[in-house]
Amino acid sequence: MHLILDAVITGVLSGGIYVLMALGLTLIFGVMDIINVGQGALVILGAYLSYLLQQQLHIDLFVGLLITMPVMFALGVGLEVAFVRPIRWERTTLSILVTFAIALLIQGALSLGFSTNLVQVHAWYVDRSFQIFGFYLAWVYVFDFLLSVVLVAGLYLLLNRTKFGAGLRASMQNRTAAELVGIDVERISAVTFGIGVALAAAGGMAYGATSAFNPNSQYDLISRLLAIIILGGMGSLRGAVVAGLGMLVIEDVTSVVWSPIWATTVFYMLLVVVLVFRPQGLFGQLAGRRQ
Amino acid sequence: MKVLRTASALALLALAVSFPLVFPNPAVDQVAVLTLMFAAAVTAWNAFSGYSGYISIGHAAYFGIGSYAVAILCRDWHVPGGWLPFLLLPLAGLIAVAFAVPMGWVALRTRRHTFVIVTIAMFFIMQLMAYNLRSVTNGSRGMSLPIPVRWGGAFYDVPFYYVALGLLLLALFVSWWIRNSKYGLGLLAIRDDEDRARGLGVRTGPFKLTAFVVAAFFFGMVGGLHAYFVESIFPAFAFDPLIDLMVALMAFLGGLGTLAGPVLGAVILVPAQQYFTIEFGKPGFYLMIYGAMFLAIILLLPQGIIPALQARVRRSEALAGPLRGEGGGPEPTLAGSSVEAGQGESGGDGA
Repeated sequence: MHLILDAVITGVLSGGIYVLMALGLTLIFGVMDIINVGQGALVILGAYLSYLLQQQLHIDLFVGLLITMPVMFALGVGLEVAFVRPIRWERTTLSILVTFAIALLIQGALSLGFSTNLVQVHAWYVDRSFQIFGFYLAWVYVFDFLLSVVLVAGLYLLLNRTKFGAGLRASMQNRTAAELVGIDVERISAVTFGIGVALAAAGGMAYGATSAFNPNSQYDLISRLLAIIILGGMGSLRGAVVAGLGMLVIEDVTSVVWSPIWATTVFYMLLVVVLVFRPQGLFGQLAGRRQ
Repeated sequence: MKVLRTASALALLALAVSFPLVFPNPAVDQVAVLTLMFAAAVTAWNAFSGYSGYISIGHAAYFGIGSYAVAILCRDWHVPGGWLPFLLLPLAGLIAVAFAVPMGWVALRTRRHTFVIVTIAMFFIMQLMAYNLRSVTNGSRGMSLPIPVRWGGAFYDVPFYYVALGLLLLALFVSWWIRNSKYGLGLLAIRDDEDRARGLGVRTGPFKLTAFVVAAFFFGMVGGLHAYFVESIFPAFAFDPLIDLMVALMAFLGGLGTLAGPVLGAVILVPAQQYFTIEFGKPGFYLMIYGAMFLAIILLLPQGIIPALQARVRRSEALAGPLRGEGGGPEPTLAGSSVEAGQGESGGDGA
């Protein structure tokens, strides 16, 4: 029982990281109907950027986010303008191919620049842990979780308390109608893509601090992220939060009670079961064709 | 026109059959075998995704299942190298079908956009299984297949070539039959407007699932053939996400939903891919070249070669029109034709 409780706590804390990355993905889908399959590669890129700043300039991982997040935001806006916006036909499908191609470019560049050896990031909070109520926790999990809470709260405020957020939510509900009432949907799309990629940067730093990674880790990440947003419901922010936390809790508990090998599989099985009964995911809207 | 088309098809077939005799170079033949394998897979993929509009980025899962099916059957039944493993291919296809029926049923409960992602997710689940079910698949250490030693040297690739050609012809026949049948018409109706198609009495669920499973059958066979061709399989290469990407890209390059487009896409892209892999073997570098190549194709030629050519033919016919005294200037046709062609293929999906 103690072990299971421990697993639940670790699951919730590390789930926060996946919530960050998945939020970026589902936000982009909600606004633009674009599935950014490159999110996994962008997360790894963010991890490498943080690692680079730490190694070369001795900037702390969390402080480094002040640099990497704006840089990745700009990269996201650039990618949207250069590669996603020109797609005029079969947008959703072609966007998958385009972002897959971007993922390959990033993976290739990272393999060339850093080789495919696993990278492990070190910092005092990564190596040290503390004891609370009989549980041992590495500081980094707590810090990562706090980072996720801060960023998710910031995103919540941005979406619900600003004019930009109102425009964004309007674009999510109905793109055409939002355009008709004078919202600059193109600009909102670019900024949304930028926000999604900036969240990938933060998620990447947090991911890199808790697990070893190499450029090929993007496949593992993107499959998890896609599973999370399907389970939560495509385009549902609430769903991404619930599914992200749920996934990691299920994985960690399975590792303890069964075997780490089957941790991810159990989650995927659950996903299939949910899809049989609720094809739209937990919080998604039915994809009827009322476009 | 029809005579011309039949004649050119026969000429292409003659060229394909005599290819290994004209080019006995093993390196060339190897690329040719891979090209035919991909052409068969993409043609079958197109018969589902191209006609029904449900883009699957997960059929490589059935390629992997077929690979493992042949490898495991060869191991358990002690099949020697030679012609026998080829006979296992239909069985590999059926095993892929056994997986595809429940997986397709679940995936097809979702609509287009979610469907794409569900197929990707399912693909990764199967890859994970190949890693995890060590007692069956030998995990990350991979498996080896019997070596077809009996043919030796220069003759080595030739049997593979003709088996792959046979698969391609079969896939083309199936695709052609679907395109010209009432069943295919139902699929096209689903692509254009699924709800309306259902309202008109098309049984959309079984229609989509059948096409999904047929494509999986071919992926299983091609996967099995590929496994025997490369002689060893590993989870990361039998279940390779790049295959998904290549297949979709070939179909888009040639022309989604056309009969010949997928073959054309494979004939262009597979040799290009092999060339880049050999020329820029450094890991990472060829990934970047792939990525750049994909981006260029999608952004420059989104409709595909064959629809673009058709649009051009239509345009020149329209230009000739006014001379025969037809009303309306050529100008609006000129401006609109490429868009129209695109809309025709997409069925107004982007609306």
